[in-house]
Amino acid sequence: MASRSIPSLVLRRLLQAVPALAGIIVVTFVLTRALPGDPAILFAGPTADEQTIAQVRKNLGLDQPLPVQFALYVKSLAHGDLGRSISTGQGVGEELIRRIPASLELTLVALFLSVSIAVPLGVMAATRPNSWVDHLCRVTVSSGVSLPPFFTGLAFIALFYVYLGWAPAPMGRLNMLYSTPPHVTGLYVLDAIFAGDPKTAKAALFQLLLPASTLALFTAAPIARMTRGAMLQILQSDFVRTARAAGLARRTVLWTYAFRNAMLPVITTFGMVFSFTLGANVLVEKVFSWPGLGSFAVDALVSSDYAAVQGFVLAMAVIFGLLNLVIDIVYTLVEPRLRIDA
Amino acid sequence: MDRRQFLVGTGALGFGTSLATLLQTLPAAAETDTIIVAIGDTITTLDVLRTGLSRASYQVSVNAYDRLVGFDTKVNPDGTVSYDSTKLHGELAESWEIAPEGMSIVFKLRPNAVFHDGSPVTAEDVKWSYDRTLGVGGFPPYQMAVGRMEKAEQFEVVDAKTFRLNVTKPSKLTLPDLATPIPAIFNSKVAKANATQSDPWANDFLHRNEAGSGAFKVEKWEPGQQLVYVRNEQWVGGTLPKVKRVIIREIPNQATRRSLLERGDVHVAFDIPGKTAKELIESPKVKVVGQPIANTLHVVVPNLTFEPFKDKNVRKAIAYAIPYEQIFQQAAFGRGTPMFGAASAEPKDITWPQPFPYGTDLAKAKAFMAQSAHKEGFEVPFAFDITMPWGEATALLVKEGLEGIGIRCNLERVSAANWRTLALVQKKYPLMLENFGGWLDTLDYYFFFSFKKSIFSAGDYDNPEMTALISKTMDMPVTDPDYAPSAKRMLEIAFEDTVRIPLWQPWLETAMLPNATGYQNWFHRGVDARPLALT
Repeated sequence: MASRSIPSLVLRRLLQAVPALAGIIVVTFVLTRALPGDPAILFAGPTADEQTIAQVRKNLGLDQPLPVQFALYVKSLAHGDLGRSISTGQGVGEELIRRIPASLELTLVALFLSVSIAVPLGVMAATRPNSWVDHLCRVTVSSGVSLPPFFTGLAFIALFYVYLGWAPAPMGRLNMLYSTPPHVTGLYVLDAIFAGDPKTAKAALFQLLLPASTLALFTAAPIARMTRGAMLQILQSDFVRTARAAGLARRTVLWTYAFRNAMLPVITTFGMVFSFTLGANVLVEKVFSWPGLGSFAVDALVSSDYAAVQGFVLAMAVIFGLLNLVIDIVYTLVEPRLRIDA
Repeated sequence: MDRRQFLVGTGALGFGTSLATLLQTLPAAAETDTIIVAIGDTITTLDVLRTGLSRASYQVSVNAYDRLVGFDTKVNPDGTVSYDSTKLHGELAESWEIAPEGMSIVFKLRPNAVFHDGSPVTAEDVKWSYDRTLGVGGFPPYQMAVGRMEKAEQFEVVDAKTFRLNVTKPSKLTLPDLATPIPAIFNSKVAKANATQSDPWANDFLHRNEAGSGAFKVEKWEPGQQLVYVRNEQWVGGTLPKVKRVIIREIPNQATRRSLLERGDVHVAFDIPGKTAKELIESPKVKVVGQPIANTLHVVVPNLTFEPFKDKNVRKAIAYAIPYEQIFQQAAFGRGTPMFGAASAEPKDITWPQPFPYGTDLAKAKAFMAQSAHKEGFEVPFAFDITMPWGEATALLVKEGLEGIGIRCNLERVSAANWRTLALVQKKYPLMLENFGGWLDTLDYYFFFSFKKSIFSAGDYDNPEMTALISKTMDMPVTDPDYAPSAKRMLEIAFEDTVRIPLWQPWLETAMLPNATGYQNWFHRGVDARPLALT
């Protein structure tokens, strides 16, 4: 039984990712070609004739046979070129570099809010099952999940922006009074702090509040449920009973013994919620004019924008792989037994 | 990092930020020399000739570039301002002269016209820009061909400030065609300096960089977020804009656009749905301008390849079974120009568009159905593009109406990417909703696209008399003595043949704050920022 260090875990995972990525490249290429519709006709515009459509098809490189298109795609991928999105007019690489941080910043703040509500709520509900706290948890969770985020978003805008005037205008990542901070991480709040510009950092943080709260309400549900469930199970286990019998303080039993052991499923859920929120919060992005990944992907799908769809899927695959890796590392920190090779 | 440190760390992140300091708001942009316009669509390029550009991108050509000529504007009876398709003025051209036989037009450029980099605008730039419209391929050469401009040899530099345009055939559409967004004049020196072997027309450079002489310079473009124009103090193409800066902000959600306007954080909410317009018209806080979209009609189209629709009686039965008024109220929210219910089957004049002589009359519809070979009724797929906001409500009401005469419709909701392929190119659907619109505002131009067998006509209609009339009138000046009788005949045939059943002409609706002035309605359906002002 050899103990595995974190670097070797990372290396092994990265190697494992190579065939998976190759598979994803092939599958997305084939699937995008199976999308309904003809992008050449769509992008040739409403008054294009046959000749125009043929020329547009040539301009887009869609007149080549599929294997040739694939070879060209792989060749440009090898050069780090993800192609050009027809619907946004930008390089897919540039789009992703601009949009991933936007989605990431929103997701991080949303999940920070969501975890700071859901985890305590879940723990409290588990310690007092069927009490008012438990009911509160249940109501919060059900309403959070059953209200569609675009509705919550619009309701938040109506309340906090239109009537109360507390929230800033829902017009994207930064009000136009401020200029975009110099690019370091792509996360505006951090970049503005790095640039020593607290005003812009504050403005960027304000812009995040409403969309992040909207998402937090939605994502709190699975995390709270999972925390409550895991805690309930652990609190009934033998070692907790033993600890209580041994006369340990209630606080120590709850947080040091029970909570740490209940964290594993919560972290797993967190990871799933994270990747989902990153790429699939289209409606929140649209409502708050947030230039994120989700709306990019959906617009690309609707217009059969091959390069954009391929780039998005590839980027999500890489992000998902990295996220899983991070979660596994976190596991080993929380639960040392996982470091031991079975 | 070990386990203990990690766990302590996560706890410490806790509630570090105080909520009270976060719940403050920022002042709205309130300077009077900056106007903020919210649009729903996204600007995909700065180059009007780029393949696949979005409709919103056309405004860059309007605001940052000049053409040789531009359309005048007119004040409508309700006090709003629209472009005037019948009158032109010079933008970069100081004057122009049409040769006696109409085979060429000589343009004199304004002597003091300069590009944004300060270099003078020359006939070389005009030629290079026109050559490029043909060279890039795709839609631009097609638009140029409408004005009889098909070969680069037709574009001739006479001297630095004189340009001659030779046409293959004299056409009334040539000059108006030069006023569309496509033939914008680019700074050819800058473009050529950035052209490469594989990209001789500098497409990559012009996609990201503006090289025009227009009223505004593009100060900043953040794709997917905003475009910022700053006034070009050297502009000679027209009256200098009153505002110094225009910010075009992309706000995809229409409810958000509306909130921003009502709170005064944007001055103009461009292109809002009819429903919102109808609601906002009551509000004292904003004003709404709704103006017809040039040469555009929402129509029901029966496809003549479908057996029952070969029978004119069936088509007429449909035309009388549609609940027009109900559709107009429920799908258009009463915001549009009705195109049904003309009193007489005889066209009163050659105004275009004008209402067709069909109205809801179930008895008449049933009578036509009884005369047809399909009196027992039939089932038919009825398709529409799901991105058309008026599609769903209209389709349901048409379906309901047709049930009254025994025609059972199965609704097919088609995605935007599929629509043109299936409906127009393959002509797969027997019955559909359609909304063709043309930039150039003449009857023959609309008929050219919609009333003859072509890739644009979903109904596969082919009437030799109509086709001949269309080719005859396309180039003919509207003042020609033969034009009016021909156009009238075309309308008569269209009324009689019932191959396109118009519902209404849609409006382009825009809401703005009371202090925002100068809004104009344009055929390109983009923001013309040049006349906008704040009071």
